[in-house]
Amino acid sequence: MSTETTALKKTKSIWAGGFSPFNVSYGKLMMWIFLLSDAFTFSSLLVAYGTIRFSHPSPPHGQVVIEGQTIKPLGHVPEKFVELLGETKNTEGITYFSKQHWPSPELVFNHFPGLHGLHLPLFFVSLMTFILIFSSVTMVLAVEAGHRMDQNSVRKYMFYTILGGLAFLSCQAWEWTQFITEGASLHGNPFGPTAFAALFFIVTGFHGFHVFSGVVLNFIIYLNTINGTYAKRGHYEMIEKVGLYWHFVDLVWVFVFTFFYLI
Amino acid sequence: MSHDHSHEAHGHAHVHHHEENFITKYVFSQDHKMIAKQFLITGIVMGVLGMLMSMVFRLQLGFPDMDMAFLKPFLGKWISVDDTTGFGKLDPNFYLALITIHGTIMVFFVLTAGLSGTFSNLLIPLQCGARDMASPFLNMLSYWFFFLSSLVMFCSLFVEDGPASPGWTVYPPLSALPKALPGSGTGMTLWLISMIFFIVSALLGGMNYITTVLNMRTKGMKMSRMPLTIWAFLLTAVLGLLSFPVLFGGSLLLVMDRSFGTSFYLSDIPVELTGGIERTGGSPVLFQHLFWFLGHPEVYIILMPALGITSEVIATNSRKPIFGYRAMIISLLGIAFLSFIVWAHHMFITGMNPFLGSVFMVTTLIIAVPSAVKTFNYLTTLWRGNIQFTPAMMFAIGLVSFFIAGGLTGIFLGNAALDINLHDTYFVVAHFHIVMGSAAIFGMFSGIYHWFPKLFRRHMNKAAGYVHFWLTFISAYGVFFPMHFIGLAGVPRRYYANTAYESFDVWMDVNQFITICALLGGLAQVIFLINFFYSIRKGRKSEQNPWKSNTLEWTAPVEHLHGNWPGEIPTVYRWPYDYSNPNYTEDFVPQNVPHEGQTDENQEFEHPHPTT
Ligand code: HEM
Ligand SMILES: [Cu+2]
Repeated sequence: MSTETTALKKTKSIWAGGFSPFNVSYGKLMMWIFLLSDAFTFSSLLVAYGTIRFSHPSPPHGQVVIEGQTIKPLGHVPEKFVELLGETKNTEGITYFSKQHWPSPELVFNHFPGLHGLHLPLFFVSLMTFILIFSSVTMVLAVEAGHRMDQNSVRKYMFYTILGGLAFLSCQAWEWTQFITEGASLHGNPFGPTAFAALFFIVTGFHGFHVFSGVVLNFIIYLNTINGTYAKRGHYEMIEKVGLYWHFVDLVWVFVFTFFYLI
Repeated sequence: MSHDHSHEAHGHAHVHHHEENFITKYVFSQDHKMIAKQFLITGIVMGVLGMLMSMVFRLQLGFPDMDMAFLKPFLGKWISVDDTTGFGKLDPNFYLALITIHGTIMVFFVLTAGLSGTFSNLLIPLQCGARDMASPFLNMLSYWFFFLSSLVMFCSLFVEDGPASPGWTVYPPLSALPKALPGSGTGMTLWLISMIFFIVSALLGGMNYITTVLNMRTKGMKMSRMPLTIWAFLLTAVLGLLSFPVLFGGSLLLVMDRSFGTSFYLSDIPVELTGGIERTGGSPVLFQHLFWFLGHPEVYIILMPALGITSEVIATNSRKPIFGYRAMIISLLGIAFLSFIVWAHHMFITGMNPFLGSVFMVTTLIIAVPSAVKTFNYLTTLWRGNIQFTPAMMFAIGLVSFFIAGGLTGIFLGNAALDINLHDTYFVVAHFHIVMGSAAIFGMFSGIYHWFPKLFRRHMNKAAGYVHFWLTFISAYGVFFPMHFIGLAGVPRRYYANTAYESFDVWMDVNQFITICALLGGLAQVIFLINFFYSIRKGRKSEQNPWKSNTLEWTAPVEHLHGNWPGEIPTVYRWPYDYSNPNYTEDFVPQNVPHEGQTDENQEFEHPHPTT
């Protein structure tokens, strides 16, 4: 008799109320739902990017001459490209950027702090991506340490995660500063259509704001860990919840990166 | 084991009793029943505001030569009074502001927050068998963000240049260039701020509703035993959660265009309007896509809770099981899914690719199928039922009537070829007011009359309820039905006056008729308001289960307890529509009554067939 009812429960009770069908706490479920919703916010921005990006012609390959267009020598940039492309001289009428064409991201984002005058396409942003992914790894380790109730390891890994987040934000600040000193703004862009710069600032800015919020959250739970709040509570679920958010921010970056730097 | 775990979470609310003061009990309350009342009262206040606005512009449309000087004390400089004759006229720009704020308030503040906010909050914990929402704190925040949003919208009425005026859809470039219209300035900025708060509120609420429904149901409350109200609220919350963020993204870009010189939505703007910056390269159609990706699901966010309420009220008051319970759920799911892939039917004339237009036309027409399933199931539930014509039931039947009448014109508008003629005419105004405005408002009234005893422990006056129903029903058709004809004749919407055009001016008498009906409808709402507020204090005391209903909220005591049930939460043994079951002497069997021989709440017994 009793075995019969337990068998019944096992097969039928998943959605039958009384406990969570997903076997997660409401807090974690709510975080998942929030992230799903936030994914739609980012999608709307990326759709806007796609729409505007593809209403402009793609960046020209190699060297192009656009008639009637006065070339703005962009500091040292054109000369350098000329070298790279094996040209002998920088003639009038050769341009790599135009108001009509969407700029080629490799030519726009080719700087690296401390290394002046080198053409390093997307090196810096790859480093940023690496940092963020690395901080996701340390977050996984923190969650895992939480399962073991190992307060010291949780503290250590949370500290690395926060460092990673701050490093990413600093890199972003440098990247923005560089772009702005070259003349980009919300309503101006020396490398091509204005929308390129505006979209860049909005989308990476919105993502950066998420990273910033994540760092704040990480910091709060770091303090709580130090104070032993979770040890007293008996579980480190809070780390898992914030961890979900942090991985999400990381995942979104992969998309932002793909859209802005690769498409 | 697992059961214990969740009940620990449920029980928490009523275990430690902390002293409540006025602030925590009535203002920053975390009790879902109090939050429901807060949403309801705020919704009603906003509704009155929206209605008063419609009275003003209806007067303007019906009697364009009327002396409006008497409105001067209320509208101030928006009524320009001739010094010598003392004759007052409504400012044309203010007309645009009025329809914009009217639309925004009705759609978002009354029928989204006011309707879902009230009934999801009241019924989700009570009908699922939970002590409160998953996160009472976020639930409280949800209300206060909504309040803040309402406050900002209200304050925008007093801005020097007037509130936002580009229509409730706020299409750029009107909304993006502060110099485009007087109402495109500060008023528009406040509109956007208000909407951003609103979206935050909707997301906080929605997260809570979904989590509560999925995670906090009592023992035996399977998804396949949930009342249709809960299904409707669940899917409404899902729609909101997936579509509001897109409006958020869209609004963010609009804010940038307005205030920070970007051109996401702007292209080829004349120099006088640009503010000295090059404004080009963007696309106003992009905004429309982002807006309607929210906008269409939004109409179902408005309608679905009303449909859920109607299912409940019609089944209870027909004393019959709802016809086709599963079909009702499947059609709700179908509507929820389809509502995400029809948005461009609002954009047939934007110059989008005609092939794309025909794709959206097909998806739009397919929505008619689940909608028809719902309609027929309402009718078959009513069919040969032992109908109790309570005021709630009258309004529920009224909803079915509007849903049919408005649904039919939806099929006209869904056809791209017809919509090219009908777009932006009064035909559209007629369509959406009937199918979304009137139907949802009737669902809301139905819910208020039905659950008033649960909210306020008293009954509303029945006779006043009937008068309210008939006056509202007649005047709603009186207002919106003739608009079809005006629209077919080509009279455009959002025009301050039609007198300058011969072919529109001929409809003057019909417009007068509409305005008189609208005033009558307004009067009916006064009866409602008096009844509502009077009954809160003085209404007849309610017993625990006044409608002899099956759902769990009626197993909770009349007094409001923090935690809803004094002892254990009831266990559910059956579906919620066991009315007139021939095996029982009573004509209703509440969900917490076990079947004969049922040893376990998970055992399924066959639902009785609808009585014949
Ligand atoms: C009190 C009864 C109501 C009356 C007399 C009324 C009347 C009107 C009229 C005449 C217009 C068109 C104005 C124009 O285009 O020139 C309008 C616009 C509108 N109404 Fe209502 N309405 C009422 C209730 C509602 C309700 C309950 C809703 C909720 C859905 C609603 C939503 C809207 C919307 C969305 C617009 C479009 C605003 C725009 O063009 O941006 N109205 N109303
Ligand atoms: Cu639509």
